[in-house]
Amino acid sequence: MLVTVLFYTFATILVAAGVGVITSRNPVHAALSLVLCFLTSAVLWMLIEAEFLAIVLVLVYVGAVMVLFLFVVMMLDINVEELKRGFTRYAWLGWLVTGIVIAEIVGVIVQRRLGLDVTRGAAPLPPGYSNATELGTALFTRYAYAVELAAMLLLVAIIAAISLTLRRRRGLKLQDISAQVAVRAGDRVRIVKMKSEPRP
Amino acid sequence: MITLGHMLTLSAVLFALSVAGIFINRRNVLLLLMCIELLLLSANFNFVAFSRYLGFVDGQVFVFFILTVAAAESAIGLAILVVLFRERRSINVEDLNTLRG
Repeated sequence: MLVTVLFYTFATILVAAGVGVITSRNPVHAALSLVLCFLTSAVLWMLIEAEFLAIVLVLVYVGAVMVLFLFVVMMLDINVEELKRGFTRYAWLGWLVTGIVIAEIVGVIVQRRLGLDVTRGAAPLPPGYSNATELGTALFTRYAYAVELAAMLLLVAIIAAISLTLRRRRGLKLQDISAQVAVRAGDRVRIVKMKSEPRP
Repeated sequence: MITLGHMLTLSAVLFALSVAGIFINRRNVLLLLMCIELLLLSANFNFVAFSRYLGFVDGQVFVFFILTVAAAESAIGLAILVVLFRERRSINVEDLNTLRG
């Protein structure tokens, strides 16, 4: 009973925050609503006992990705009013597509049932069950290659983000280390032989 | 008691909201990126719910990889956005007409 009340409370907060994300005029408000979305999703995942992913969602999304979003929002000097000029012109199309998507999903679920009537509630977990242990065992045995690919993907993302935003200003004096290392004495010092002159 | 239907309904509502958001905010690249994040979150909801209710941990592993890809995507997307703003002084989608698309 308590779990159901908690689910409905947080689901309401989640949907309200989602509406806030898509309708707020200010990008900072949208980003903060998205933070609220991620936090309530983490709580909901906690409710259905997926603890590790809930913590990861808070750490990675709220801690890293949304901070990145907020940094970018505050770095860019956006003219909000100009961006919102045609705000309601395509809103009807948005709500139409939303209605179609919801009708399709409900149609499929009603038609096929998807085993929804079989799975009443989640099976209770055995005592001593650790979500992180289960997930870690799966990740580092069956999905080891996929983990390595994900690591490569993150590396590529780091390199891409840095090389995209790296800016070379004109007239900047930079240190050229390879030229410094490759320099020889003959390039810098010129020895001039000249006759000694008598003292006047 | 939370059933699978509860979670799937919530995820469908979230998905539909973010699709509507993509149509409503189709001028602002930054809000489009945020709507894509919301879209991925609703997909993750389905994965976590099915993983928990069918008793396989593999769905949660998949969510792990989706989080990785989404983080990489938003990092590169925001980098492109910063470069775009530096060039055009605007993040309006309608100003991106160099290719006459």
